[in-house]
Amino acid sequence: MRDDPRDPRLPTSPGFWRSPLRGPWFTSVLGLVLLAGITVLFVTGLLSYAAYNPNLSPVNDKTPDKGILGFYLFAWPTDPHWLYRLNQGVHVTLGITLIPVLLAKLWSVVPRLFTLPPARSLAHALERVSLLLLVGGGLFEFVTGVLNVQLDYVFPGSFYPLHFYGAWVFFAAFVAHALLKTPTALRNLRRLREEKDDLVSPRPAEPTVSRRGALWFVGGGSLLLFATTVGQNLGGPLRRTALLAPHGGGDPGSGPNGFQINKTAAYAGIGTAETAEDAWRLVVTGRTGTVRLSRAQLAELPLYSSALPIACVEGWSTPDQWWRGVRLRDLAALVGYEDDPPDVFVESLQRHGAFRKAALRANQVADPRSLLALSVNGEELSPDHGHPARIIVPAAPGVLNTKWVARMTFGDL
Amino acid sequence: MRGRLAVGSPLHILLLSCSFALAVYAGVRLLAGDWLGVALWVVGAALLHDLVLLPLYAAADRAVVGGLGRVRRREWTMYVRVPAALSGLLLLVWFPLISGRVEERYRSGTGLPPEVFLTRWLLITAVLFAGSALLLTLRLRSAAKRRPPAVH
Repeated sequence: MRDDPRDPRLPTSPGFWRSPLRGPWFTSVLGLVLLAGITVLFVTGLLSYAAYNPNLSPVNDKTPDKGILGFYLFAWPTDPHWLYRLNQGVHVTLGITLIPVLLAKLWSVVPRLFTLPPARSLAHALERVSLLLLVGGGLFEFVTGVLNVQLDYVFPGSFYPLHFYGAWVFFAAFVAHALLKTPTALRNLRRLREEKDDLVSPRPAEPTVSRRGALWFVGGGSLLLFATTVGQNLGGPLRRTALLAPHGGGDPGSGPNGFQINKTAAYAGIGTAETAEDAWRLVVTGRTGTVRLSRAQLAELPLYSSALPIACVEGWSTPDQWWRGVRLRDLAALVGYEDDPPDVFVESLQRHGAFRKAALRANQVADPRSLLALSVNGEELSPDHGHPARIIVPAAPGVLNTKWVARMTFGDL
Repeated sequence: MRGRLAVGSPLHILLLSCSFALAVYAGVRLLAGDWLGVALWVVGAALLHDLVLLPLYAAADRAVVGGLGRVRRREWTMYVRVPAALSGLLLLVWFPLISGRVEERYRSGTGLPPEVFLTRWLLITAVLFAGSALLLTLRLRSAAKRRPPAVH
């Protein structure tokens, strides 16, 4: 009978699935790895969201309708200065490393997609709807993340709201799934002898690899992705090990300004006409009015050095660079905030781009390492790194370190 | 029983209801812009994976196992499967860079050369297959040494 669901030519039949690898042990190991890994991805993702200080100003907030999903937000600290570099390096590198585990986990349970009857009870029907959110939401998060780090903006909307709200939809289903399945998974691992369940093929093909071998295979895939990605967070020759990561391989230039660039001056539409010595003025506004400073006048203010990295939301970063410039709190003092540095609203010469305007919180302005940098590694800033002047703040996401600064407005936001 | 659905565990129903409440709260915001596009991406991601990607690689694997089986070399399967799968995995993850579809944006944004990725992926693929072939050769040699000389 052709439409007999037990016909082994149909995926609805358990006999259709021949791999001897499928079974509760294999699925449980992969599931527990994902339980730990995705929890870290979720936490580092939420921290990265907090690092933008979205509650400080509308210009920092790409998700103004977040409601209670922003319940945990806090003033992002400036210590340790590598905090965002570590957080985002872990988020992106771990996400990429987990892809083979995710694919193997989905492969291991695919027979259940075709199980008949589709629902045994109301609870089971709800669980299957939840699984659509789990699988669809999970793949959506991985796909949008992987595309965004490669600058392939084909997804339907802005990355920030899609990845943030998508994460919460996925996490809702993930928590339910973890609560329902983790006890079983732990039991399966403790049990030495394999028990039967619906994932075990009733007529397994002759094995070509053991279950342990298959796990090594998945782990090898993860290791390969890790090894060709992690280097985009490291300095020196180690960066060359990131053979396929967007900011691996090598640096765009040599010399003091040779380190990684997020957006070049040409890309941002910044020309020399606006940045030339006689054209460019920094406009600083505060309690006592407005001050206009040429680059030469800025260079006559007390200059300080700080060693800080550039760390991008895309999961690449540079080692500490030696920046030199005027302290943000000294600029605040110039316009009437001598002892109580407030928030600051920074505007770039850029005419387009999501973060051409950005807000920094009072604790970031007050940090003595926060600079309006004029030079880096002993040389004047290059156009691509923000000449005539750029912001550099410890532990802040890269896009808040505004380049080609034109205007700074101090005051409570 | 026909037409009647059992209820199942009330605890499960409660847990899943809480999960749906949160998912709907975030989902409304996720769908606030291009709702059709986003819904297509979420559902499409699951369908594309389960009904296209997985059957494709499973069929390719079956073809390799079957092909080697017909020439009585089934035990060589992993020597083909591992390099092919690792190479395919790298292509899947880094497809936008390897295919060059973001070439212009990448070059003008980062100041880095975009054409290196295809070359590197091809080289990694070559190294993976060459390494696998080398391991297989070594294994066949040591097996030949252990085997007693053939009787003529």
